[in-house]
Amino acid sequence: MKTLCAIAIVLTAATALAQAPAGNVENGKKQYLRAGCWECHGYAGQGGRDGARLADTALSTAQLTRYVRKPTGGMPAYIDKVMTDQELSDIWAYLKSMPTPKAAKDIPLLNELKGQ
Amino acid sequence: MAKSKKDAVGRRGFLKRAAAGAAAALAVKPAAALAQQPAEAARPAAPPASARTVALETAPPPPADVYTTDRPGADFMVDVLKSLNFDYIFANPGSSFRGLQESFINYGKNTKPEWITCCHEESSVAMAHGYYKIEGKPILCMAHGTVGLQHASMALYNAYADRVPVYLVLGNEQEIAFRRSDVEWTHAVQDAASMVRDYTKWDDSPISLGHFAESSVKAYKVMMTPPYEPVVICANGGLQEEPMPEEDRRTLRIPKLVIPSPPAGDPNAVLEAAKLLVAADNPVIVAGRVARTPNGIPLLVELAETLSATVIDRKFRMNFPNRHPLFNPACAPADLSRVVAAADAVLGLEVPDFWNATHAQTPINRMGMTSRPITKQGAKLITITAGDLFSRSNYQDFGRYAELDLAIAADAEATLPALIEACKRLMTPERKRVAEERGRKLAAEHKRVRDRDFDLAAAGWDASPITTARLSAELYNVIRKEDWSFVSDTTFISWWPLRLWDFDKHYQFIGGHGAYGVGYQAPAAVGAALANKKHGRISVNIQCDGDLNYAPGVLWTAAHHKIPLLNVMHNNRGYHQERMFLQDMASRAGRGIENTHIGVALDNPNINFAMLAKAYGMWSAGPIENPKDLGPAIKAALEVVKKGEPALVDVVTQAR
Repeated sequence: MKTLCAIAIVLTAATALAQAPAGNVENGKKQYLRAGCWECHGYAGQGGRDGARLADTALSTAQLTRYVRKPTGGMPAYIDKVMTDQELSDIWAYLKSMPTPKAAKDIPLLNELKGQ
Repeated sequence: MAKSKKDAVGRRGFLKRAAAGAAAALAVKPAAALAQQPAEAARPAAPPASARTVALETAPPPPADVYTTDRPGADFMVDVLKSLNFDYIFANPGSSFRGLQESFINYGKNTKPEWITCCHEESSVAMAHGYYKIEGKPILCMAHGTVGLQHASMALYNAYADRVPVYLVLGNEQEIAFRRSDVEWTHAVQDAASMVRDYTKWDDSPISLGHFAESSVKAYKVMMTPPYEPVVICANGGLQEEPMPEEDRRTLRIPKLVIPSPPAGDPNAVLEAAKLLVAADNPVIVAGRVARTPNGIPLLVELAETLSATVIDRKFRMNFPNRHPLFNPACAPADLSRVVAAADAVLGLEVPDFWNATHAQTPINRMGMTSRPITKQGAKLITITAGDLFSRSNYQDFGRYAELDLAIAADAEATLPALIEACKRLMTPERKRVAEERGRKLAAEHKRVRDRDFDLAAAGWDASPITTARLSAELYNVIRKEDWSFVSDTTFISWWPLRLWDFDKHYQFIGGHGAYGVGYQAPAAVGAALANKKHGRISVNIQCDGDLNYAPGVLWTAAHHKIPLLNVMHNNRGYHQERMFLQDMASRAGRGIENTHIGVALDNPNINFAMLAKAYGMWSAGPIENPKDLGPAIKAALEVVKKGEPALVDVVTQAR
C-alpha cells in the first residue's frame, strides 16, 4: 500500500512539474511586488508574523501554485484571473534566485545575542 | 485695584447680588451711548483714548462687588485630589477646569501631583495608561467634559479593555447662569460622563464640595478594586471658582481612603482546580493580565514549575520570563492552537477571550463562518478572572461565552498562592515523576523554537528596507547591558523582541493597547518613560509610523519635560494591518490587488520622522535605510537618552 502511495505521489509530482511553465526571474520579481507577496513574506522573502519564509523555499512550482490557489492557512487565495500559473512560476523562479539566507551562527551579532 | 474681601460669598448670595446689580445697570446710561459722546480735547503728549477704552473706564461697575477670594472651592478640591497621592496630572488645558488648574499650580505648588503639559487629551489618557503599567500607580488626567472627553474617549476605552485604572476629572459648568458665552454653553453638558459610561467603572457629578470629597475618594477605591478600570469625576465650574462657603470651611473633611484587598478564589473551588491540574498529563496555562503587580511573575513561575506546565503568554503584560524553559515561545496563533489542542487541562488566568484561545474559526480567506473547539474531548477548562466580577454589555471586549469545567470569579494573582499550595499538597511521587518528564520535553521544545527564531532572524539580515528582526537585534545589542524597559508592543513587529531579547522583570514589558485603538503607543511610551525616569531606567520604544501620526505633539511633551526615551521608528510607510485586510477582501472578491495601497499607504511624500522630531525639539537621526548605519545611530541616540533627554531614530523598515 505504502509503495502504491509513493508511486502515486511521484507520478503526480512529475505530472505537475511537466505542466508547470518555466519561470522568468525578472518578471517573478515584478509579480512578487505587484501581487503584494512582500506584505506578509517580506521584500527579501524572509517571512514574518503573517507569512512563512519563502527565500530558499523547498516548495516546487506545482506545490506553490497549489497552495496559492487553495491555501490551508490564512493566506488570501489567488485565482487564475488575478495571478496566472505562468506568473506563479515566475515568482517561484524569483524565490529560488534569492540568496540562501545566512544562518544565525554566521552573523556575529545574532551569535552573541543567542549565546549571552 | 479691586478690593479684597475675605468674607466668603455663598453661591445663593452671589446670585442674589448679581440679579440686583443687573437691575441697577438698566438705570444707567448704556456704555455704547457714552462712547458716542464727543471726547474732551486731548492733551498733546498722550494719544487719544479709544472708544472701547472710554467705554470700559466709564461703564458702571460689574453687578457683584467682590472681586477676589482667598479660598476658592478649587483649593479644597486640590486638597482632596492631593490626598489620593497622585504623582502627576496629565492634561491639555481647558477653560472648564481653569479654576482647578490655577489651584494646582499655585495653591498646590505644582508638586504631587506635578502638571505635565499634553498636546491632546488622547495623549493625556494614553500616557496615564503607560505610566500605570510601569509604576502600578494611577494618574490624574483632566479634560473638558465635552470636547476634551471626546478626544480622550478612545484612549479611555483602551485603558478599560486593558484593565488599567485612570482617574479622569472633567471640567463642566452645570449652572446655566454661570455660562458667560457661547463657548461656555458649547463646552457644557448635562451628563458629561454619559459618553464614556459604557467603558468606565464609576462616575459622579458632585454638586457640593462635600459631595466632591466623598465621591472623589470613592472613585479611587472603585478604580483600584480588581478588575481595575478608569473612573470619571466631574468638577463643576462654579464649585471650582466661587469662594468656599464659610460653613464648609468649618465642617468639610476629606474621607479616609481604604483600598479593598483583591478578591481571592473560594478555597473549595481552588482545591478543585488544583485536583484537575495535578491529574492532567499535559496541563497548559494561558496567561492574560495575570501579573497585576511584579509579584505576579514569581507566583506564576512557581505554579508552572510545580505543575511542569507550559505557559502561553498572551503578551498583555509581563507575566513570565521569556527564557524560562516553561515559557511557550510559540507566537503565531496557529502554533499556539497546537499547544492548546494537545492539552488535557487548560487554565486561563485573567484571559478576556478564553473562548478564542480554545476554539478555531473559519479564517478570513474563506467564506462563511464555522467554529469548533480545538481542545481534546474531555479536556478540563478552568478560568480564574476578576472579569467575572464586572461586566458591561455595550462594548464587546468581554469575548464569547466560554463553556468551562470550573470558573473562579476572583483576582488571579491574589488566588495564585492558594492554588500553588493546593497543587503542591496534591503532588504524589508518581505525579512528580510525570511532571518532571514533561518538563524535560518542554525545555527541549523551548530551545528548539528559540534556535529556530534566531535562524529566522538571520533571513534578510542585510536587506533594505531593514527587517524588523535586524532592527530588534541591533537595538537590543545597544541597550542590553543597561537597566532597560521596553515600553511598546511587539504585535506589529513580528514579536521579535520577545523572540530575541531576555525579559525577566515586570517593568521590562508593558504589552499592548487593550482595545487596539491606534494612537496609543507613542503617548503610552512617553508615560511609561516618565515612570521609569525616577528609577534611572532606559526606556525603549519601537514606534509604529501610523500610530505616531495620530498625535505627534507627545514628542514635544517628552522634550519639554525632559523625559528620557529612546524611540526607534518602525517606519513601514503604511497602515499595514489594514493593507493586508484589503488584500484579503480583494482576494475574496476574486479581484486583483493592484489598488490595495489606496487609503492605507503613507508614502508620496514619505514622512520624515527625524525632521518631525527635530521640529518638536527632540534629538533625532535618520531616516536610516542601510542596516549597517543602524547600530551606530542607536548608540548615538542612547548617549542622548542617558543624559536625560528623549531621542528618535527614524528607520525605514519592512512591513512586519
